[in-house]
Amino acid sequence: MAGIEVTALHKRYPDGTVAVDHVDLSIGDGELFVMLGPSGCGKTTTLRAIAGLERQTTGDIRIGDTLVNDLPPAERDIAMVFQFYALYPHLRTRDNLAFPLRAEGLPKAEVRERVDEAARLMRLGPLLDRRPHRLSGGEQQRVALARALVRRPRAFLMDEPLTNLDAELRADMRTEIKHLQGELGTTMVYVTHDQVEAMSLGHRIAILNKGRVEQIGTPLEVYDRPASLFCAAFIGSPPMNLIEVEVADGKLRSQGGLVLPPPPSLPRDRRLVAGVRPEALEVTEPGAERSAPGRVVSAEWLGDEVIAVVDHGGRRDVRVRMPPTVRFAAGAPVGLRHTGGPPPVYDVSTEELVA
Amino acid sequence: MAVSVDEAASTDPVRDHTPPARRLRGRGRGRSVLEVALLTVLAVVMLFPVLWMIETSIKENRDVYAVPAKFFDFKVTMGHFKDVFVAPGGGRSALSVAFLNSVVVAGVSTALATVLGVPAAWAYSRFAVKAKKDQLFFILSTRFMPPVVVVIPIFLMYRQVGLIDTKLGLILIYAAFNVPFTIWMMKGFVDEVPAEYEDAAMLDGYTRLQAFRRFTLPLLLPGIAATAVFALIFSWNEFVFAIFLTSSDSVRTAPPAIAGLIGGTTVDWGLVAAASVVFALPVLVFAYLVRKHLVAGVTLGAVRR
Ligand SMILES: Nc1ncnc2c1ncn2[C@@H]1O[C@H](COP(=O)(O)OP(=O)(O)OP(=O)(O)O)[C@@H](O)[C@H]1O
Ligand SMILES: [Mg+2]
Repeated sequence: MAGIEVTALHKRYPDGTVAVDHVDLSIGDGELFVMLGPSGCGKTTTLRAIAGLERQTTGDIRIGDTLVNDLPPAERDIAMVFQFYALYPHLRTRDNLAFPLRAEGLPKAEVRERVDEAARLMRLGPLLDRRPHRLSGGEQQRVALARALVRRPRAFLMDEPLTNLDAELRADMRTEIKHLQGELGTTMVYVTHDQVEAMSLGHRIAILNKGRVEQIGTPLEVYDRPASLFCAAFIGSPPMNLIEVEVADGKLRSQGGLVLPPPPSLPRDRRLVAGVRPEALEVTEPGAERSAPGRVVSAEWLGDEVIAVVDHGGRRDVRVRMPPTVRFAAGAPVGLRHTGGPPPVYDVSTEELVA
Repeated sequence: MAVSVDEAASTDPVRDHTPPARRLRGRGRGRSVLEVALLTVLAVVMLFPVLWMIETSIKENRDVYAVPAKFFDFKVTMGHFKDVFVAPGGGRSALSVAFLNSVVVAGVSTALATVLGVPAAWAYSRFAVKAKKDQLFFILSTRFMPPVVVVIPIFLMYRQVGLIDTKLGLILIYAAFNVPFTIWMMKGFVDEVPAEYEDAAMLDGYTRLQAFRRFTLPLLLPGIAATAVFALIFSWNEFVFAIFLTSSDSVRTAPPAIAGLIGGTTVDWGLVAAASVVFALPVLVFAYLVRKHLVAGVTLGAVRR
């Protein structure tokens, strides 16, 4: 087991595409580290560079204490699970699992022992004699995971391993992966573009955008204080309301009259945007205390909650998360009130968190 | 050879899992009757020369020349086939030597083209090669010219280096024609095999070449078989280079040898037909044996992932 250290990683493909611009990561030993970002932001490329399948243009990668820049994938002692599971189609499950071990030249008895152990961990017993094309997607996924485990590598790399599964199975596998990682205590780098997956799995999350790291933090940090407007708009469903505000009388005030508590040490003379989570707002009777006047444009009843879209005279409509018991008619005049603590505030021009 | 390509196409519907009954109903009965009629006519027109060739090869000489032609009531003889392999005075005939030459030339040139073309196709598919498109176009462009156009310069070059009238000369030129074909066909097949297999194998501890040999290559076998059959058929049937570049009986391949039977004052049509049947047979049998691979090869792209 080992931590992974990525320093100033830069990858430019031969056709000129800069897939990774500048990435620094410091992944602890035994950590479940998630890389999250939109399609094309360079997640796979970063992961493949760590695996040694792609040579970075510049930058260093260390696994444990070893500088692995010039080591071939085989010598890095890591296992990778691909989005498309890449089980060898001409081999039965048993042999798929045994292959990496045979490559190491382990004695037969030990190979069998380790295969059985991995099969037990991933509950593959009845599937051992089937070929991949006779396995369901979820089963293939479990075999792929088992194949990663048999070798007892120093780290696991996972590239969107659950994307091809349906929602229910995905939730199950998520729990399973998290449990397994905790059990084994092996470092894991998990790539996804699904924020729910990232939030529920990761000890820490790195948010990538256009080949750069926008923020690294625990799921809570990332949710509560997104480090940039990009992160603010990316995390959460629906995402934060980005409301243009001005500082007046020691408060943050929006165009539509919404009043927010100010964070300490706000810079002066800049155009500011406050990031307000939908659950930090509430819809009230029109004219209620500390509320700004607004109008419900539409509402989505989701069963366990209601997302109301409210026009409060600002540039953009805001989304408000309410318990499913509230009742209001679309188009009705309402009040809009902020309930939480000081929201994160961003500078419009730099798009970064200022307070 | 058109027949072998038809072979591939005609087995194709076997893969179509729609029950025939439902397909017929879906299209309407009237239309299916018309289809059958048209296909029958087409089959008769296409197959008549082949049938006539087979018939002629087993007819007595007098029946061959009979006017009006005899379709059914003729005496069957295997004499012509014996003449193909055995010389009139005993011993091996010139034709049988020519067939052996064809086997050697077609086999070796196909093997050569496959051994060179498959790794090249893999490299073009997997790696970032400079000006890849231009290189591939250049490779393909060597196939633009029909053999007749290049045969004179090739002849002159071969005379300089002493490859005229040698089997090696034919093998090299056929391989040269088949390598571009193999690269293009196989690149398509390699593209269809996800690169992740090799990535996974490399992470499992194999080198890139081992990963190719142990994981990608087995998946390519149907494609290689299909490609090799086409290359084999090209080399087996090739006539222009064969007739220009070789002359002696000990080197000549079957196509010019059979053509050489025609042109004297009298033509032994029975012998010509028998030789043609023998010539067509191996390709048909081979295509039949690998027909599953041919279909798999042709449809590989449709069933992946
Ligand atoms: N082999 C390649 N050659 C050239 N450009 C590439 C190559 N592979 C990826 N790219 C480009 O690099 C960028 C980053 O790709 P990458 O695969 O790392 O994205 P990703 O974050 O994994 O996206 P996704 O979520 O869609 O998988 C993309 O713009 C992509 O088009
Ligand atoms: Mg990716």
